[in-house]
Amino acid sequence: MNGILVLEQLLNSLQFGLMLFLLAAGLTLVFGIMDMINLAHGSLYMIGAYLVATIAGASGSFWIGLAGGVAATALAGVLLECTVVRRLYRRDHLSQVLGTFAILLMANEGVRMIWGSQPIPMAMPAELSGPVELLPGFTYPAYRLFIIGAGLAVALLLYVLVTRTRMGMQVRAGASNREMAQAMGADVRRLFTALFAAGAGLCAVAGGLLGPLLAVQVGMGESILILAFVVIVIGGIGSIRGALLGALLVGLVDTAGRTVVPILFGMLMGPSAAATAGPAVASILIYVLMAAVLFWKPQGLFPVHG
Amino acid sequence: MHASLRLMTAAAALACLAGTAQAADKIKVGLLTTLSGPGSALGVDIRDGFELAVKHSGGQLGGLPAEVIVADDQMSPDAAKQTADRLLKREKVDFMTGIVFSNIMLAVGQPVFQSKTFYISANAGPSQYAGAQCNPYFFSASYQNDTIDEAAGKVVQARGFKKVALLAPNYPAGRDHLAGFKRFYEGEVVMEDYTQLNQLDYGAELSKLRASGADAVFVFLPGGLGVNFIKQFVGAGLNQEMKLFAPGFSADEDVIRAVGEPMLGIFNTSQWAHDMNNAANKRFVTDFEKEYGRLPTMYASQGYDAARLIDGAVRKAGGKVEDKAALRAALEAAPFESVRGAFKFDVNHYPVQSYYLREVVKDVKGRITNKLVGPVLENHADAYAGECKMPS
Repeated sequence: MNGILVLEQLLNSLQFGLMLFLLAAGLTLVFGIMDMINLAHGSLYMIGAYLVATIAGASGSFWIGLAGGVAATALAGVLLECTVVRRLYRRDHLSQVLGTFAILLMANEGVRMIWGSQPIPMAMPAELSGPVELLPGFTYPAYRLFIIGAGLAVALLLYVLVTRTRMGMQVRAGASNREMAQAMGADVRRLFTALFAAGAGLCAVAGGLLGPLLAVQVGMGESILILAFVVIVIGGIGSIRGALLGALLVGLVDTAGRTVVPILFGMLMGPSAAATAGPAVASILIYVLMAAVLFWKPQGLFPVHG
Repeated sequence: MHASLRLMTAAAALACLAGTAQAADKIKVGLLTTLSGPGSALGVDIRDGFELAVKHSGGQLGGLPAEVIVADDQMSPDAAKQTADRLLKREKVDFMTGIVFSNIMLAVGQPVFQSKTFYISANAGPSQYAGAQCNPYFFSASYQNDTIDEAAGKVVQARGFKKVALLAPNYPAGRDHLAGFKRFYEGEVVMEDYTQLNQLDYGAELSKLRASGADAVFVFLPGGLGVNFIKQFVGAGLNQEMKLFAPGFSADEDVIRAVGEPMLGIFNTSQWAHDMNNAANKRFVTDFEKEYGRLPTMYASQGYDAARLIDGAVRKAGGKVEDKAALRAALEAAPFESVRGAFKFDVNHYPVQSYYLREVVKDVKGRITNKLVGPVLENHADAYAGECKMPS
């Protein structure tokens, strides 16, 4: 263990955490304000990644792909909200879970029909594909740095939107007391549509940025959706600040788990036991974190509702 | 009414009896493989290789019309088990083949063996089925997991690397592959990490790799996992700090197609190479390229050989696939020309074969592809065969 490893792992966890935040932000707002459990959120992430990859492939430019894909996914979000999701707000959570689960299945099969079941290739922009030297003797992949930068920029933008604009104020009012916000004349219908579109756009940003690093494939949304739910449970449902800190915490614990746990187990039990138990323990660490938060702070770390 | 029912039952019983004595009228093969997700390129190649072999023998296997039922296991043991059930019970296939991943093989193995259906492995070669749990209904037309990496371990050892880092997914084959490497590599292992099988981001592992001070790194990461790892390995600039070695799976044509230039110079080991000089292989590679417009991978060669093995064995057994003892004896004789050259089965039904070193180079046509360097282990048997008491 040395300084460079720690620094590098901190950057890794920051990168992972920020991407989780982009997903969790949309999810937590939809859940907190509309009281709507949206299992199809991960599908928007998948659709976003596919659209970004397809437009990038067709235009030959990653940047055009990212811009076009995000806009198209936000539009898809609007369509989804107006046609299906809107009808689920007043239903109970079970109907919402079933309804959005159906959307998730249809999205997976739809993507399979259009793009096939094999992952589609997506190249990172050539200018970012190499390493950069941050400190003497410490290099880091340029693309991961770019993801961190983009994630921070989006987080900042969201912060400004939520805390400094009229719409942001309505969002916050809706999150802490929906009925009262409605009574005070907030146009909830339009707000919900805008919010859903923004959530979809954020999903596409995450999908497009992670596409070259991971893989653009059917079902990519499910595994990350579970993590996003963990994030919002830890952070407190409906809280953007909670989503950011929860995401960073999950990123940190996950990365630290993959680094420290095998070393720790190696010291305690010898290499072969570490090889068996280490990866298993590392992969459940974030769920242990969630359980601990639920035990001591059932409302999450930053509860919105008073 | 009653009489006619009895008559029909009798007729049906007769028909069943007749079935055991006479040759079958067609051969049904259940090809259960991974056709979605990061491992899908592997399953596609097995399927294409298998279908090419069937085409080569005129749509037949062993002189009987062949029906190949292709199914996707979705890289999930549960889904694979359900689909295997359907293939065994409803379709009543004569052979099963195609599984890529060892964890799926181990999940599907029991029901296949219990139904006394022969399984011809076109890839997965778990150590479990090579040793004490060896099974008369399991035949590997590929390799035993450890062996490819034993060859790699020998190469890394011979080239004088002193500190090696190891990385593999945390599933049965991942453990087999790294165990094989360590069996033949005698230097220091400075890092040995097991990642989740569906993990695609290797950021944390790459950072550890840099800090480990290894001078060589050996990774067993099949399909899309290898594609991501190598891209990220190069993106982090680690290719300038240490030499990358891999089993053939992580440096085969599917990975080369996705990664491109950064693959050049990677050494990898395999029981087969597309530029092997024998008649069966030349025909296979030429026709595969003509049919599918790409070079075949190890997986494709194994799929092809699996079909050739079925073809040869059914012919040798005179088409009587219901006579399990005769069919087994025919399979054990391995009556086919393998694209990898000499091929014979050990007592545990795994091949005794040679393993070679390949290097990723630019060939005369300017393509980035694997080139055969030379043999590493000749007529090599796996380490588990001694523990196998094959029931007769």
